[in-house]
Amino acid sequence: MASTSSKTPYWQGVSDALPFVLVVTPFALVFGVIATEAGLNITEAFLFSITTNAGAAQLTSLQLLQENTPAVIALVSGLAVNLRMAMYSASLTPHLGAAPLWKRALIAYLLVDQSYALSHAKFEERNDWSLQQKTSYYFGSCTPVVPLWSLMTLVGAFLGESIPPSMALDFAVPIAFLAITAPMMRTAPHMLAALVAISASLLLVWVPYSLGVIIAGALAMIVGAQAELWLSKRGLAK
Amino acid sequence: MIERPELWFVMAALAVGSFTLRFLFVGLIGDRPLPAWLLRHLRYTAVAVLPALIAPMVVWPAATGGTLDLPRFLAAAVTLAAGLYWRNVLAAITLGAGTLYLGLYLLA
Repeated sequence: MASTSSKTPYWQGVSDALPFVLVVTPFALVFGVIATEAGLNITEAFLFSITTNAGAAQLTSLQLLQENTPAVIALVSGLAVNLRMAMYSASLTPHLGAAPLWKRALIAYLLVDQSYALSHAKFEERNDWSLQQKTSYYFGSCTPVVPLWSLMTLVGAFLGESIPPSMALDFAVPIAFLAITAPMMRTAPHMLAALVAISASLLLVWVPYSLGVIIAGALAMIVGAQAELWLSKRGLAK
Repeated sequence: MIERPELWFVMAALAVGSFTLRFLFVGLIGDRPLPAWLLRHLRYTAVAVLPALIAPMVVWPAATGGTLDLPRFLAAAVTLAAGLYWRNVLAAITLGAGTLYLGLYLLA
């Protein structure tokens, strides 16, 4: 990356985000296909992606609606999946919080796993950057991935039922989510939280309206937070 | 088939709710500090909610009528192992999908 320093912050963001095209494209295609299989028309699938702009949450809500879960539960579960966006927002606030309101609204709309991960790492590294440079980098990191999400949803919805069941697209969701979560297991509390989440979710599968998922998730968050507290009190945390 | 009023309600509310979650801190809190206990819990949302969501899909896949399916289970295990080992989303997806198709081809 010798040429990095000669690029403007915006183009650095764009080039850093380019590899994610390979992840976002199949994920969005799959969402488009699954949405049409669930009975959404092409416009509805596209609108869903462009307004919510959060694949994991969209899939969660859609999956639950398809299982005849009450709409409120499908909504709450989708929002629970998106709670991490509040954490991302909090974490970027010291860097971008001084931008004008309209820019902060745009930053919020564009906030996704990839733009957060890249920008957070970059801002820690380049603490000499001005607000202007940081904002440009952030928008750059959103450029290759955010419009692509909606666009590829549209393509997936067009392809729709022409994709045969032998492609086993049903399992694209677990694979995508596992692939996103596994690299996040950085500390013992993270792993403990994930283990609690998995065990509790499997044990609570009998709970109606898929509420077991929410209970398991909440329990796992508490366990993770407590484990972190316990470790840091003993001076063992990083 | 999903009922239309329910679909539109969830789509609209999820869009508004997701934006609110994203806007909450960067938009409303500005650069004021946040309570440590809240940040501590928020740090674990992704690793708590996502595994809770997929665990039943891996163990009891709907596509096989809710019975444990060896190709799918192996694919999940490989995705997880690759993601933990290489810390790379793309490598995990590629190996997981490869395992799934290989497993379906050999075992189905």
